[in-house]
Amino acid sequence: MMLSMVKALNDGMRRALESDRRVLLIGEDIGRLGGVFRTTDGLQKDFGEDRVVDSPLGEAGIVGSAIGLAMRGYRPVCEIQFDGFVYPAVNQIITQLAKIRHRSAGAVCLPVVIRIPFGGGIGSIEHHSESPETYFAHTAGLKVVTCSTPQDAHTMIRQAIASDDPTIFLEPKRRYWAKGDVTDAPDLALDKARIVRSGNDITFIAYGPTVDTTLQAAEAAEAQGHSVEVIDLRSLSPVDTETVVDSVRRTGRALVIHEASLSHGMGAEITARIQHEAFYFLEAPVLRITGYDTPYPPSRLEHDWLPNVERILSATDRSFRY
Amino acid sequence: MAEVQTTEGNEPLHQLLTPDGTAELDGTLSLDLTTVDVRALYRDLVLTRRLDSEAIALQRQGELGLWPSLLGQEAAQVGAAHALLDQDMVFPTYREHGVACCRGVDPISLLGLFRGTTLGGWDPYDRNFNLYTLVIGAQTLHAVGYAMGVVRDDAVGSGDADRDTAVLAFLGDGALSEGETNEAFIWAATQQLPVVFFCQNNQWAISAPYSTQSRIPAARRAAGFGFPGIRVDGNDVLACLAATRDALRRARSGGGPTLIEALTYRVNAHTTADDASRYRSAAETEEWTGRDPLTRMHTFLSTEGLADPDFFSDVDKQSDALAERLRTGCRALAEPGTTLPFEHTYADMPAELRHQMREHHDFVASMERSEASQ
Repeated sequence: MMLSMVKALNDGMRRALESDRRVLLIGEDIGRLGGVFRTTDGLQKDFGEDRVVDSPLGEAGIVGSAIGLAMRGYRPVCEIQFDGFVYPAVNQIITQLAKIRHRSAGAVCLPVVIRIPFGGGIGSIEHHSESPETYFAHTAGLKVVTCSTPQDAHTMIRQAIASDDPTIFLEPKRRYWAKGDVTDAPDLALDKARIVRSGNDITFIAYGPTVDTTLQAAEAAEAQGHSVEVIDLRSLSPVDTETVVDSVRRTGRALVIHEASLSHGMGAEITARIQHEAFYFLEAPVLRITGYDTPYPPSRLEHDWLPNVERILSATDRSFRY
Repeated sequence: MAEVQTTEGNEPLHQLLTPDGTAELDGTLSLDLTTVDVRALYRDLVLTRRLDSEAIALQRQGELGLWPSLLGQEAAQVGAAHALLDQDMVFPTYREHGVACCRGVDPISLLGLFRGTTLGGWDPYDRNFNLYTLVIGAQTLHAVGYAMGVVRDDAVGSGDADRDTAVLAFLGDGALSEGETNEAFIWAATQQLPVVFFCQNNQWAISAPYSTQSRIPAARRAAGFGFPGIRVDGNDVLACLAATRDALRRARSGGGPTLIEALTYRVNAHTTADDASRYRSAAETEEWTGRDPLTRMHTFLSTEGLADPDFFSDVDKQSDALAERLRTGCRALAEPGTTLPFEHTYADMPAELRHQMREHHDFVASMERSEASQ
């Protein structure tokens, strides 16, 4: 069936709620309103206020209470309304959620999912367009994943809910309304990257909102005579190093594309892994096309700031000039 | 009820046992002493204090890296703990050694965190006593979430005494200033959750006196959130037991949360690494030592004829045995294997982490080989 990512996520959560009575959703405005993006539309009506919980306005409370619910045997799925509003919950996420399994030597399991709409490109105001993935990917004990298609949204949200590890689930909000075919068959484990386009000359590595842009750039590069492989990373922690390295060993060139700012970002981590495991296969340095090291700019400037097809093509040219 | 003048203004201070060991009637709190094992309360007060003093000694001998002493707070902890039923869940801070012992957690396992052999030390589900939380106030939200689960399990207000469950969250006066604590109060109030917040106001958050945290007594804050608050003499084990028992019963029956302020005093420094003489007077500490929770209970038991010298000497023997057990047990705590941190970071160990673990083990093994060959 053809579904938008919002509808795919909604259906994925509906199925999780149906199949396991311990699953519950908790967040601001997710019940009566159905979420500001309508991701949870209709779920409170069908599953009740005890299972689709309209929370008070407090992000630490959302995550802190989810931890307590998980200790009691529940599998809470939290919604943080926007990327830039997750920070009040960061203490609970980093000092508690990520560490309690470790602290308890495995006695306490916290299957908590934190859904966060993330990334820019929707012309919004401050705090509504950020890419906070590295904060979480750098925190041991968390899994961090992101989907780029309705199919992956549908599959991955259920896999995240089924996972016994706390999982940050990043949703590329500017891809929320794009439709795609969704089937029921999960074809890939949650921690695996996906080769979404095969090629021989260069590997483009992207995730979440930049996958679509990167695929467009790959088409354009093809027209210029370069055969491009595109990898959708999907899991940011852990990273599927094998899929990335195998590809770069074949192509000898790589670009990493993300919206988050450059320094200390996912691009740095991916680049380090490539140079460590594919050093002798490289024809050029790994290049990064990312947001700049500034706070997210006013929305009138965001299309210059976000990685776009032109910047990816320009970096492709630089790679081939080596 | 007594009025105790404190720096933060007058608030009724509920009391069942005066500092000189006399039983007193209170308009709000009552305790049918025929149903209370007062001798067990006394024994637990003594054992709790002994655990604390032995742990301090172990720290001074270099066996523990740090110890947060509870000296002076024994009554608050033992009283609260004796109000719990087996099915209730406890969320402690890092100073609830007395609660842990009353709950049946092996006191030796409390030492591991401070010896550095573990970050936890016990299975929270064994005795329904969670691991210590070092981040101030963070556990109050876990208690709220756990209580939300209790409600969803229909384990509140069912009338089944073995099923109805309450959650007891401990916090200190410093935690009252944390945003997370205030969020927890809001969540508990608006959802009428079966959670009791037990605040040991020991009047000092490291070097910050209570006046740094609040201009009103802690108990009075509850009204602003929409649930009952009560201030009890935290050095009176009977008042602490009575107040906690009332609040837990109300919580189990579906009556919602309560904030209990147990007014007490942290007689020792914040931890063994702290120097209290830099921020408070010896006279103040001296004054509070005069309200000692053990002395008054000893006097009460003796004058009321509730215990004879044999009982007291038996408790002293148990205390000596505990001390001996702690001294031996602390040194015998198993050293953590290097696999431990890798093993429990994730439910499914990622390939990258497995690789790091192997690399570390190979490195350690190669160093051992090279040492052996020298």
